[in-house]
Amino acid sequence: MSDSSLENLPKGWKSVPSDLGSDQTAFKGVQWGKAMMWIFLLSDTFIFSCFLISYMKGRASTVVDWPNTSQVFSLDFMGVPVPLLLIAIMTFVLITSSGTMALAVKFGYEKNKKMCGWFILATAIGGLIFVGMQAFEWSKLIHEGVRPWSNPFGAGQFGSYFFMITGFHGTHVSIGVIFLFIFARKVFRGDFDTGKRGFFTTMKSDYVSIEILGLYWHFVDLVWVFIFAFFYLW
Amino acid sequence: MSDEYEHKLEAKSDYATEASSVSTPDIDAVPDAELPDQELYHSHSWWTTYVFSQDAKYIGIQYALTAVGTGLLGLVLSWLMRIQLAFPGLGWLDPAAYYQFVTMHGMIMVVYLLTALFLGGFGNLLIPLMCGARDMAFPYVNMLSYWAFVVAVLVLLASFFVPGGPTGAGWTLYPPQAITAGTPGYNGGIILMLISLILFVAGFTMGGLNYIITVLQLRARGMTLMRLPLTIWGIFTATVLAMFAFPALLVGCLMMTLDSLLGTSFFMPAMVSLGEKLTHEGGSPILFQHLFWFFGHPEVYIVALPAFGIVSDLLSVHSRKTIFGYRMMVWAIVGIGALSFFVWAHHMYVSGMNPWFGFFFATTTLIIAVPTAIKVYNWILTLWRGNIQLSLPMLFSLGFIVTFLNGGLTGLFLGNVTVDVPLSDTYFVVAHFHMVMGIAPILVIFGAIYHWYPLITGRFMNETLGKIHFWITFIGSYAIYFPMHYQGFVGVPRRYFEIYDSPYIDTSTLLLNKFITIAVLIVGAAQLLFLYNLITSARLGKKAEKNPWKANSLEWQTPQMPPEHGNWGKELPKVYRWPYDFSVPGAKEDYIPQNQPPSEIIGAKVEKT
Repeated sequence: MSDSSLENLPKGWKSVPSDLGSDQTAFKGVQWGKAMMWIFLLSDTFIFSCFLISYMKGRASTVVDWPNTSQVFSLDFMGVPVPLLLIAIMTFVLITSSGTMALAVKFGYEKNKKMCGWFILATAIGGLIFVGMQAFEWSKLIHEGVRPWSNPFGAGQFGSYFFMITGFHGTHVSIGVIFLFIFARKVFRGDFDTGKRGFFTTMKSDYVSIEILGLYWHFVDLVWVFIFAFFYLW
Repeated sequence: MSDEYEHKLEAKSDYATEASSVSTPDIDAVPDAELPDQELYHSHSWWTTYVFSQDAKYIGIQYALTAVGTGLLGLVLSWLMRIQLAFPGLGWLDPAAYYQFVTMHGMIMVVYLLTALFLGGFGNLLIPLMCGARDMAFPYVNMLSYWAFVVAVLVLLASFFVPGGPTGAGWTLYPPQAITAGTPGYNGGIILMLISLILFVAGFTMGGLNYIITVLQLRARGMTLMRLPLTIWGIFTATVLAMFAFPALLVGCLMMTLDSLLGTSFFMPAMVSLGEKLTHEGGSPILFQHLFWFFGHPEVYIVALPAFGIVSDLLSVHSRKTIFGYRMMVWAIVGIGALSFFVWAHHMYVSGMNPWFGFFFATTTLIIAVPTAIKVYNWILTLWRGNIQLSLPMLFSLGFIVTFLNGGLTGLFLGNVTVDVPLSDTYFVVAHFHMVMGIAPILVIFGAIYHWYPLITGRFMNETLGKIHFWITFIGSYAIYFPMHYQGFVGVPRRYFEIYDSPYIDTSTLLLNKFITIAVLIVGAAQLLFLYNLITSARLGKKAEKNPWKANSLEWQTPQMPPEHGNWGKELPKVYRWPYDFSVPGAKEDYIPQNQPPSEIIGAKVEKT
């Protein structure tokens, strides 16, 4: 391409649509599944945003005071109530699992079947521990009398929003864990090396799907950070 | 991206450059393929071909038929409501049944007919064909999307058979009354309605991801975004809107389900019902209205934008003229889509919100009139000095322009807070939204069906029956909705199951109600004529040759018509221009298909696109 034709290209804002739209694909070299996951996550972001904004509105307009969260969420450690102890561990585990997921993606692209598989398993176990601790926290709160419709500490909406939003997030984590186990099996079986066809979709397997699963997993972790901030720190 | 994928890609593009440099002269060059050819699912049995089909064309037709079937129920419900309103003495419906029919009619028409037909039906049929792809990006997910829709419809219909019947809360489902004793279906029908909507959203998300990725990543060589037919721009933007608007509906539905089943108080304030204090306390009913309308307003454009796009193409093809201001049209579609997320509270002017809030939303609402007016002007300028063929699609498109303009102008009244307050909850509102998002998009749907019927069946629909259908529908709609504007002005409230002969209600209202109802019955019957035409023409219609309307867009350029599995035979099409080169000076024919190489039309003064 000569220099003069380069000068004819649109400049400034006008270059944005022409850069995005002048070729066959809008996102260069991005596998379809990966683009799909990004857009799905964008849509999912709207779901969680609606939840959290509703929570803010609900919390702002209750007639009874909101419970003191640092008291409700504290855990007795050697007889001393420590606020945020359990939740700190949960958050740590989940964020760590994001790290192992990133390593799994790296080893996947290096076609290091063994390491990739083990790191996926580690991620899955991290997710399981998180869900387990969440179940523990739920049962602890339920024992203390917190219900979706009422609780002894203050506004009934506390339990409603807490169980709904952490439950919705926990469901996301659980679905992720299930897929992590399925993918660990696929990696160890070598599906991604041989390009084995999917049972349902009949499409060829590819290591890129580990990255797609990784995107989902990182998203679930990121959402948790917001839930953590809104429920436990506010 | 894996190395293997990279490698395949490279091999493919090498091959493409070689082929184009050897066999064709330079002016026919199109950019190299960026992707390997799509791998397709091939069905092996009757079940996987026709029932659990993974071919977007079949899925589109499945979606369309299911949507139309559900829509017929909505039509019958409107008949029953109108008979009740015109002849309350007959006692056809009790108040509960009337509210239930209002609710089901509204929800069915907006969500299960229009949304499903435009995006699920036309989207699936046209996106791969018009973009020059073999199929959607994820055929299996696409199939799941349709079946989730079927389950959603079945759950919705099941609500007619539960104790208490379907919900009668109005299509907006406002709490607290939606789940409080006294409203029909408050503990059975409403739950099924909410579950059905959640299923619909889940199903739609699967389909919507497909539409977006297919448009962005699966276009044919040379098919830049600014060469896409406006139909695709409309459907694409509507899908993006839906992906961001439906989450609010999903969240609202989920929270109301919990309010009803678990006794939480998200939306429920403390209240006394049937003389007893309810256990609910401290919730915010307004919160639901915000969630609902954050979905509800973009939903209007989810229905309208595909109609805008389709009608642009119909007008251009049937007046043999380039669409006026293509880029402006694209930006208007995108702009309307973006603005539609900032206007939702204009549905809530009477909810007691802060007047400054109303001022803000009135302003944004009126700003939307700008891109919308640009579109209307451009449609008219497309017709200006065109070679207008009064074919069925053209008749319906012209009907659309007039109807949409009418509905849009009443929208300016309702968008202003001060004018809206006295008009709100009157028949003026009913007339406005039926004109603008009921009749107008439906006219486009009819035009589109008459236009693309040959592509699906290889035959035309009967022209005479079609013209009868058009004139009855067009004039009939005005007979129905024009009087309603007047009724609204004299203050007749909507959602009353019986208009009494009282000093507060004009006697003309009672007479007009009878007139409207007779018009409704006639217009409804004309739709049965359309269905008869639709069914019989598949066998008996006049045979259509290839590309019967002499259109430029890719869906008519497939090797076979109707297109086969995989759409394009051995080789994918190459695109050299936009789809609007009609009546080009110097060209032999008055149309130049998008995939006709420049070497075949030397001398034609085509626009550079």
